[in-house]
Amino acid sequence: MKRKMEVSELIFKIIAYIILILFALMCMYPLIFALAATFSEPEGVNKNLVVLWPVSTTGGLGFTFNAFLVVLQSSQFWIYYSNTFFVTFLGTLWSMFFTIFAAYALSKRRLMGRHAWNFFLVFTMWFSAGIVASYNNFQRTGEIFASFVGGSSMYDMDLKWLVVIAMGANATNLILMRNAFEGVPSEIEEAARIDGATEFQILWRVYIPMSKSTIATVALFFGIGRWNGYFWSYRIMGSTQSYNWPVQVYIRDFIDRYTGLTGELDTEELSKGTPPYGVTWDTVTGNAKSVAYAMVLLSIIPILVVYPFVQKYFAKGVNMGGVKE
Amino acid sequence: MFKLLKYDDFLEYDEVNGTYYMASDQAVRDETEKFKWKNAGFTFLKDWRLYVMLIPMIFVYIFWKYMPLYELVAVFKQGEEVEALDRAWTGLENFKTIFGLGVYKGSLYSTQFWMAFRNTFILSFYGLLFGFPFPIILALFFNEIRSNVLRSILQVCVYLPKFLSTVVVTSLLLAMFRGSNIANGQQVGIVSRFMLLFSSSSDSLLYTEAQSGLLYSTAYFRALYEISNAWESAGYGSIVYFAAVIAISPTSYEAAQIDGAGKMQQMRFVVIPNILSTVVIMLIMKIGSLLSVGYEKLYLLCPNTEYNNYSVATVVSTWANYWSSGEGTSKTTAAYGMAGEMTNNLIGMILVIGANTVAKKAANVSLY
Repeated sequence: MKRKMEVSELIFKIIAYIILILFALMCMYPLIFALAATFSEPEGVNKNLVVLWPVSTTGGLGFTFNAFLVVLQSSQFWIYYSNTFFVTFLGTLWSMFFTIFAAYALSKRRLMGRHAWNFFLVFTMWFSAGIVASYNNFQRTGEIFASFVGGSSMYDMDLKWLVVIAMGANATNLILMRNAFEGVPSEIEEAARIDGATEFQILWRVYIPMSKSTIATVALFFGIGRWNGYFWSYRIMGSTQSYNWPVQVYIRDFIDRYTGLTGELDTEELSKGTPPYGVTWDTVTGNAKSVAYAMVLLSIIPILVVYPFVQKYFAKGVNMGGVKE
Repeated sequence: MFKLLKYDDFLEYDEVNGTYYMASDQAVRDETEKFKWKNAGFTFLKDWRLYVMLIPMIFVYIFWKYMPLYELVAVFKQGEEVEALDRAWTGLENFKTIFGLGVYKGSLYSTQFWMAFRNTFILSFYGLLFGFPFPIILALFFNEIRSNVLRSILQVCVYLPKFLSTVVVTSLLLAMFRGSNIANGQQVGIVSRFMLLFSSSSDSLLYTEAQSGLLYSTAYFRALYEISNAWESAGYGSIVYFAAVIAISPTSYEAAQIDGAGKMQQMRFVVIPNILSTVVIMLIMKIGSLLSVGYEKLYLLCPNTEYNNYSVATVVSTWANYWSSGEGTSKTTAAYGMAGEMTNNLIGMILVIGANTVAKKAANVSLY
């Protein structure tokens, strides 16, 4: 027999559906807006007429591939894009490498000085030296690395590598992973050990397959963090190594220079005709905004491709953001 | 090579009877004590692989988490020498400057520091006040949706903003809230246009601020920042609460139904009490991180001191950043910035440890 729905329940359900659907649309709005602005005629974008779909000021559909093609054909953009891929791919691998190994070791009760190791980790969550001290430290460590290739300042090395190696530390993710490994029953480990498995085999064949959801989640967190990283890449590379910029830094720089979204447009510099960093937009003043949104769109797409597949693991993988009971 | 203590080691020979007997507890303890370090060394060497596994992590953490602490020496130094250690010690002089103590009362650095410190606190406190309930409400709503497919689709959508980069989010915010007099002849953003409809006269505050760009306005920046933050993190924050809601056993609902509880009463007497512990823990943790504000977004919304929203958007970390790079900065001003960040982070550390202790006492839960 079907239970009869009460009025209060019905009202609550309707409200829940309406608000959730509205909120979901709101959350998708940046994507919708970027799509509309990319494929809209530049004039409509410049006049801020784009809301949900491409607009035209002259009549007609107002749909154009122009801005998108400009970005696709720009070799400059793809250099920055590949820089981001480089940093994301190697950075995630490197972060996962030391996170998985350390989490495995820290999850073992027989590890000597386990509490001291955990304190070593957790202290970094409690106190950080701050931006200025971190920047000075990047300079110092950059100098050390640069000296391996015969340089004397941090700019003598390819700073992509410094970003890859130096940025991966995240104690929250490590603790998430450690908790997942602690959840693996020790009997399974013992059984594997009796069967003659070595330490590495136990990690590789038992622990990693058994905590797939956490590994997927943590890898996504690292990956997204790398992909979206702006501040430190910009701060470290500055304009000295602009060729190593990830695409986020480039997009912001482009928006600053050509679109006037973030402040006054420097018309004097624009009128000089040759924009910096070798950018060759034919119609810089005309479709700069559409071009910027096309770049934004291209920078979102990889996230959209990867993240929905990992999303189902979140509830299991995040496990209260590392809270340990 | 290494001798493990075996059962035989605790047997002693009785010469009179010619038999072995078990050693006394004290003797066993003495014997164990004698081999304590040897055994420790042995277990260490037996598990050497575990310690090798720790090495990459130690390398990264020492170099980029602990070595920055060494740079903080500059806080207690004065001068322009390249190496902080070469400068002269000044004790707490830098702190006095930014706090405005003694002769430094009312100095430029101290007023700016206190402004930034106040902003840090205000921005995260408002975030706590307004941002905290949204994820809980979302989780309760998600629980109402019976269709798994629809729920998954909605979840994918609402988690998405958390994974967009700050550059993308701030660019779109600036586009939507922009004013008309910033760039050459271009019109206001869509939200600003919407706001203009509401402002009755052309000399009301909302009208003039919408004309000049709402995100750069001192009056509306905080509200817009908090709204955008809630929008960004509400969906993702609901994961924890939703997990708590679906963990409630169906028998609880059935029992309540048999007792005649309607939907609202079930919500009140079954769902809320069951997720309350999660809510309390999350609240405590949020209070603990009250002084750590995401600086990347604030930096992108107010990249230098020339922006109009400088007085409301500057937090301690971005303030320190202004004084460590660009024109008019020196090693001395960078040291002021470091001192400010150190103050902020030390207070933040006390808050975090306090919050964790409270959580441990209240719910036997530790974040670490």
